Amino acid sequence: MRYHAVESFDEAVRISASATGITRFLAGGTDVLVQLRAGSIQPDDIIDIKHVPGVKDITRRADGGWDIGAAVSGIELGAHAELCRDWPGVVEGMRLVGSTQVQGRATLTGNLCNGSPAADSVPGLMAAGATVSVTGPDGARVVAVADIPKSPGKTNLKPGEVITRVHLPPRGENGGDCYLRFIPRTEMDIAVVGCAVSLRVSGDMITEATVALGAVAPTVVLVPAAGAALVGSALDDAALEALVTAARAACRPISDRRGTVEFRIEVAGVLARRAASIAYARAKGETA
Amino acid sequence: MSRIHITTTVNGETAEFLTEPRETLLDVLRNQLGLTGSKEGCGTGDCGACSVLLDGVLVSSCLVLGVEAQGKTVETIEGMATDGALHPLQRQFIEHAALQCGFCTPGILVAAKALLAQNDNPTETEIRYWLAGNLCRCTGYDKIVRAVQDAAAEMRGAA
Ligand SMILES: Cc1cc2nc3c(=O)[nH]c(=O)nc-3n(C[C@H](O)[C@H](O)[C@H](O)COP(=O)(O)OP(=O)(O)OC[C@H]3O[C@@H](n4cnc5c(N)ncnc54)[C@H](O)[C@@H]3O)c2cc1C
Ligand code: FES
Ligand code: FES
Repeated sequence: MRYHAVESFDEAVRISASATGITRFLAGGTDVLVQLRAGSIQPDDIIDIKHVPGVKDITRRADGGWDIGAAVSGIELGAHAELCRDWPGVVEGMRLVGSTQVQGRATLTGNLCNGSPAADSVPGLMAAGATVSVTGPDGARVVAVADIPKSPGKTNLKPGEVITRVHLPPRGENGGDCYLRFIPRTEMDIAVVGCAVSLRVSGDMITEATVALGAVAPTVVLVPAAGAALVGSALDDAALEALVTAARAACRPISDRRGTVEFRIEVAGVLARRAASIAYARAKGETA
Repeated sequence: MSRIHITTTVNGETAEFLTEPRETLLDVLRNQLGLTGSKEGCGTGDCGACSVLLDGVLVSSCLVLGVEAQGKTVETIEGMATDGALHPLQRQFIEHAALQCGFCTPGILVAAKALLAQNDNPTETEIRYWLAGNLCRCTGYDKIVRAVQDAAAEMRGAA
């Protein structure tokens, strides 16, 4: 195994594109090292991106949106008060990842690229309409976070492609988001179900809503019908019922030791309802 | 396999070592630098027995490659007592009998010290969440929490 501490993403792409064996980019390493130690992957080349200038930066763009470097850790994300005010749901998803020790290293980009259907930060990113900048042998492109996951452990990134930054849109007026997950204990476990909701209100009425579910399908999924169930309502009982029905209808879960198919479908509805209520209160400025 | 020369600062002193890229920082600390206070409980980030500070940030050293330590500062349990005098956390752990087999203790002490550096008066809830990644199979945690609280009080000068 060779270790490369690259100084630019171009260099990362060059090494990755010319590699003949197995390559892994290294951000926080909290997935890569576990897989390495377990022997489930035996990389020939490890490309550490943490020395590329700017990878630890969190910047507000002129349009009010955010650019987040590929190596920003959970702790660094949570310490950014302005970002937390704009996108509390995105931040709380990332902050649920692992322990204090894991938070010191784990990144949004790594969580996304590891490709777990239960990745805690991904539903919040999808609901927010986040995109990522990707650089590869064929040049650069911007891709929706929702288009990155392919199947468990796999992404739609092409060979040699590396994510350089995560982009959040401007939060704008009267918006709110939230992420909730169910785990059997209070800390340090993998989501049995996760749900993120991002919405906007005008007065009491919801004008936009996006819902994403985790751990109930081979990838984290957007559920357009669940968002549509909320739009035009003031989060009344009928809208919540329609939301719950749409969220449950989108579930294609598996049964495992964490939860059965039936349990996951049930909980998806419960979490969708709760996350929508919290996002709604945040959008109306009633809670932080 | 080619070994890489790394220069780092461990507990305030320059340390150099040769490492294979796949070796973890924990392997290097224990096997090359003779710092066996950091323990390997799991090797997969779950137990916290290998906790160290890397450039001031609490991490599991089993999830850091040795090569990543180049140019960085590492603080381990061996740097906690100064000139033979135990740190208040160490004394309170003894005082409260907050350890039995002791395997988790170095990691918990390092993690607790990192907590007190940023919060000099943590609540029980804050302590339990902060230490959620430090597993202890013996004590049941209560004595650990009380030891941390009393050390915090002592360090605030309130004891
Ligand atoms: C004890 C423990 C608890 C955990 N708990 C949770 C949890 O509660 N919820 C959860 O969702 N996850 C959890 N995880 C998994 C892991 O911590 C997260 O997935 C984390 O966000 C991964 O980020 P990283 O920066 O460490 O990724 P890395 O391990 O560095 O990388 C992960 C993957 O992404 C690729 N990659 C990294 N950077 C890039 C890039 N810039 N471009 C393209 N590909 C890239 C890597 O090659 C690798 O395949 C846990 C892990 C541990 C060890
Ligand atoms: S040995 Fe590192 S966390 Fe368990
Ligand atoms: S004292 Fe034995 S594991 Fe904690």
